[in-house]
Amino acid sequence: MKVYEFQAKDILKKYGVCVPRGKVISHRDDAAEIFREIGGNRCVVKAQALTGGRGKGGGIQFAATPEETRKHAASMLGARLITHQTNQTGVEIKYVLIEEAVSIKSELYLAITIDRSLKTPMLIASAEGGVEIEEVAKKSPDKIIKEPVDIFFGIHPFQIRRIASQLRLSGTLHAKLNTLITSLFRAFVNNDCSLLEINPLAVTARSELCALDTKMDIDDNAFYRHPEFGEMSQRQDVSPVEALAKKHKLSYISLDGNVGCLVNGAGLAMATMDIIKLHGGEPANFLDVGGDASLEQVTQAFKIILSDARVKAILINIFGGIMKCDVIASGIIQAIKEVGIHIPLVVRLEGTNVDIAKKILANSGLSIIPANNMKEAAGLVVEASK
Amino acid sequence: MSILIHKDTKVICQGITGQAGSFHASRMLEYGTKLVAGVTPGKGGATQHGVPIFDSVLDAAQHTGANASVIYVPAPFAADAVMEAAEAGIELVVCITEGIPTLDMIRVKKYLSNKKTRLIGPNCPGIIAPGACKIGIMPGYIHKPGSVGVVSRSGTLTYEAVWQLTQRGLGQSTCIGIGGDPIGGVDFIDVLRMFQEDKETESIVLIGEIGGSAEEEAAEIIKQEITKPIVGFIAGRTAPPGRRMGHAGAIISGNKGTAVSKITALKNAGVTMADSPADIGETVARVLA
Repeated sequence: MKVYEFQAKDILKKYGVCVPRGKVISHRDDAAEIFREIGGNRCVVKAQALTGGRGKGGGIQFAATPEETRKHAASMLGARLITHQTNQTGVEIKYVLIEEAVSIKSELYLAITIDRSLKTPMLIASAEGGVEIEEVAKKSPDKIIKEPVDIFFGIHPFQIRRIASQLRLSGTLHAKLNTLITSLFRAFVNNDCSLLEINPLAVTARSELCALDTKMDIDDNAFYRHPEFGEMSQRQDVSPVEALAKKHKLSYISLDGNVGCLVNGAGLAMATMDIIKLHGGEPANFLDVGGDASLEQVTQAFKIILSDARVKAILINIFGGIMKCDVIASGIIQAIKEVGIHIPLVVRLEGTNVDIAKKILANSGLSIIPANNMKEAAGLVVEASK
Repeated sequence: MSILIHKDTKVICQGITGQAGSFHASRMLEYGTKLVAGVTPGKGGATQHGVPIFDSVLDAAQHTGANASVIYVPAPFAADAVMEAAEAGIELVVCITEGIPTLDMIRVKKYLSNKKTRLIGPNCPGIIAPGACKIGIMPGYIHKPGSVGVVSRSGTLTYEAVWQLTQRGLGQSTCIGIGGDPIGGVDFIDVLRMFQEDKETESIVLIGEIGGSAEEEAAEIIKQEITKPIVGFIAGRTAPPGRRMGHAGAIISGNKGTAVSKITALKNAGVTMADSPADIGETVARVLA
């Protein structure tokens, strides 16, 4: 789960990390008051959106008066932010973070993420903070510092000394970097992050290390030990259908086409999308019912696809392993009983309990187009969707 | 010989009394796997499908001489289950469990680094030497003994590929699903090297998917070390790019991770790539012809 900037900063504050003073609002009328509360003569108004490229997309504005603050907040709230990472319609801005404008001496980059090849948390730092960090990584990789972090021991003081020296931080700033990195790693582990990035990390005029922007991504698999993230996830920007899918623990992504897909396993689900495209069709969604879906989950999955008005034909492609084909068959029948079906349905089943499943479908009296293999299934469903 | 397992591999099942554990334990027995014990804390002394249950892996291993384990323990307890098996000296641990937190797996990898235990998975279908031993959740009937080695990050897509091979009369030496999680046990490179050494394996099918850089790293090794013919497929060529946040992932992986990057790397290493997931079997037949 990606976390909004203001949520990530709230978490970092608990770990003693310095962040600019500020408050998040969802009503424009609160903006002017926040400016006065913060004090000072300049603040920054930041659109909260779970996408990159926000600054270039106009989502960050400076204001010198309460009125100007309100004006910027009003123009952002309810509007859609379009950046090079979003699609054409962008994402809705529901929250705006108003913060003091910190006076900056220099901007650094600091992040912890998972290095999949080395199978370890990796700390990344650079003296060249700011928005062009990926360019820096490409053009001058020597300016990127990487230090693997021992999951049991944490980061060693000698590693921090190495980083401080390369970032040219000495004296109190070295000490502050030491505290910051230690806190950051604790926050990373305690919150089961897959990414914790501070960019830029400002060296302020008062010689503080201050997290001006932060991005945090939390491992969904670890949610069971973080009940506190439940409320947070409700504030996320997802479509009602995606929210319903999430509630039933189905992996669902809405796409632009008209062929609905219900598949078990992420790899086979992606391969099914690939083969639909190869046959000249366009998938309407990615839907992986998972390894061991229940009858209830399969029924819900099928209903979600049926609720999409753009869907002109449905392909069910199941290769049962831990998932039993008869559960899929019963789920399909259950869903059709509840909501009906008026579009062609192509079903390809193979694997565990396939014979029982085929009997269940044959005895149901439903008009189903059976397919013997993936190629045939893709051909039939693309034809039916035209 | 197959790799990692054979007809005399003695297997225990951790989580044998759970729904999935129980169902697949019976399927493994039907297939002829030497399932010698089950482990469920607190249920030691009972039996399941005629298999004795022990309270701990150590107990089970000492009483039965088991050298492999399959884990169906729920995600919050699965990492501990893997380490318990390793501590008891089990040589091969196959973890089926889906949804283990990534940081737990990093701890497991670190724990295993000075043990002789090999881990397959998690979030994987397991390993099968057709006709000899099945450790996992794959449907047995789709396999056929033979000389194609199959290694894949996917579960169900592996079944798809295997079924295509079997229907063309192309049997398999060993099929391994290494799992789709960011951090797992044995990887493409480990398995490719074992297939290269294995006399029974004459050709290899490698199935990858978008994300990470395991396929690109495998391509480097293929170029240098693997002389047996390989057929590849990468799932997710048409998947839309995810909304990305932050730069750290990109700094580490560079331009790797896309389907194009993986397909190009594998092709350059001499792998014959199937364009459609329906053509994997056909491509192997063509390469071997």
